[in-house]
Amino acid sequence: MTQRMAGGVLTPPASRPEVLPKTAKPRVRRGKAWIGWLFVAPAITAYALFVLLPMGRTVQYSFYEWDGIGASPWVGFDNYVKVFTDPELSGTIVNAFELIVFFSGVPVLLGLAIAATIRRIATTRLAVVARTVLFIPQVIPLVAAGIAWSWLLSGNGLVNQVLSAVGLGGVTRAWLGDFGTALPAVGVIGAWVLLGLCTLLLLAGMSKIDPALYEAARIDGAGPLREFFSITVPSLRQEIGVCVTVTVIAALASFDIVYIATQGGPGNTTMVPGLEIYYQAFVERQVGVASALAVVLVVLVLLCVLPIQRLTKEES
Amino acid sequence: MIVGRREAWLGRVFLVLLMVMTVLPLVSLFVTALHPSGTYPTGLEWPSEPRWDNFATAFQAAHMGELLGSSTLIVLGVVPLSLLLATMAGFAIGQLRMKGHRWVFLMFVLGLTLPYEGVITPLYYQIRDLGLLNSRWAIILPLIALFMPFGVFWMRAHFVTMPGDISEAAQIDGANSWQQFWRIHVPLAMPAISSLAILQFLWTWNQFLLAIVLVGDPRKRTMAGALGAFQGQWGTDIPLLCAGSLLVLAPVLVLFLIFQRRFTSALLQGSLKG
Repeated sequence: MTQRMAGGVLTPPASRPEVLPKTAKPRVRRGKAWIGWLFVAPAITAYALFVLLPMGRTVQYSFYEWDGIGASPWVGFDNYVKVFTDPELSGTIVNAFELIVFFSGVPVLLGLAIAATIRRIATTRLAVVARTVLFIPQVIPLVAAGIAWSWLLSGNGLVNQVLSAVGLGGVTRAWLGDFGTALPAVGVIGAWVLLGLCTLLLLAGMSKIDPALYEAARIDGAGPLREFFSITVPSLRQEIGVCVTVTVIAALASFDIVYIATQGGPGNTTMVPGLEIYYQAFVERQVGVASALAVVLVVLVLLCVLPIQRLTKEES
Repeated sequence: MIVGRREAWLGRVFLVLLMVMTVLPLVSLFVTALHPSGTYPTGLEWPSEPRWDNFATAFQAAHMGELLGSSTLIVLGVVPLSLLLATMAGFAIGQLRMKGHRWVFLMFVLGLTLPYEGVITPLYYQIRDLGLLNSRWAIILPLIALFMPFGVFWMRAHFVTMPGDISEAAQIDGANSWQQFWRIHVPLAMPAISSLAILQFLWTWNQFLLAIVLVGDPRKRTMAGALGAFQGQWGTDIPLLCAGSLLVLAPVLVLFLIFQRRFTSALLQGSLKG
């Protein structure tokens, strides 16, 4: 949630090879299937009551016009049409995709570069300390990260102070309040939150690459760049897949950071689907529209995540 | 290796830079928190007279004592029960493998990518109809359910690697499934359970969306949710806001630093299991 990491660091299954499919010995317990069902029953009940049921209702609400109190006429697909044609609503989806550049692109690419650079010192004392430090953004509430960065990026903040100090006083501004820079500024906050996690994941993956590969490449006269593209990146497919999955979900479903840093403003320049759902449902009282957008968001996340899983898993 | 040394040096510089980048926002928060309340300090500037009492003021203004209690209650309501349900389900799917277990598993896996925003609107009306709005139950009950996909997924990944022989041996000794579960499988699953506990603790403590939608009174929220309200109330008093933010993030930070090894491995595994 993201988990939040956002909601959290969740990714679909299958990285772990199925350990014991059909060849495993026949189970003695097979006959007593009801015992198994007793064990899963509580989990299924909770899941059905507070996840499946509300999800079903989101779909249901999305076909009605409802202010949360009065009558609710059936409107068919009108709410969906509105989501895709009203620029205020469809714009949020565009913004979410723009955030992917920052939430996913920057942490994964920069993380790769950094991990490759520090690979050789991965076991030193400094690296052990770094492991802890780089995880701090994952541990603290996103809300606190949002407040800290709002201050850094404000008119009086450290960012402008540094810019002035290096002679770039001309570009200083309230980064989160400027129509042109607000969305990238929000993106920077997300990149900060996710960079450490990606770097450490990639580094962990690199430590599993057989050093003999690198030795061989060196002997063949490959430079660090060549080494990086022909050995490191291909070997890290799975780890890169995990990073992209986690960060794409964080970008599409972002809420906390935007709520704290900009509330969607200025104008609607940083409005994201998550926040728009919140406004539509609880401020504008347009439950139908909020629900249609929610369905679109859920589907969008699945549509983005499934291909990534496919691409990165096919070899294993 | 000749190139090795230069590379190692470059690596160190990179690493230090990255660490500075990571802690800089927190340092800025700290320095700003020491300025006189109500002023607009500039960037990173050590105040002439550090106002340590800002922390005490923020502690009172944010009702920090009550908040700690409230967050703890919510965590105690969510984590143990959620762990129990996930472990039992993981055991059934990974070990007992009753007929239909694949379908059950698939059903949970489908929930793995679900953004909370997808269910928050109906959840509000559902919790209202149960008469639980503004109580801690409003956060606890949905959160247990929302943790199920990952929890079941995680525990099943553990149980599926446990050899079936263990159960069979116990069965011959006359232990029923319930006894096998508690006496043999739960103790063996402790490492997996405790990592999951750490993740769920963090996700609960830092939960924001459910808290602001379902609980109006900040004092009954999670830490993160209360900070949102604090920002709304004191947003214009930058030093006080910074002090409050630091106080809110302090408990997790301290816990993290104490149990850093467990936390980092849980977080890394947590993403990799995916």
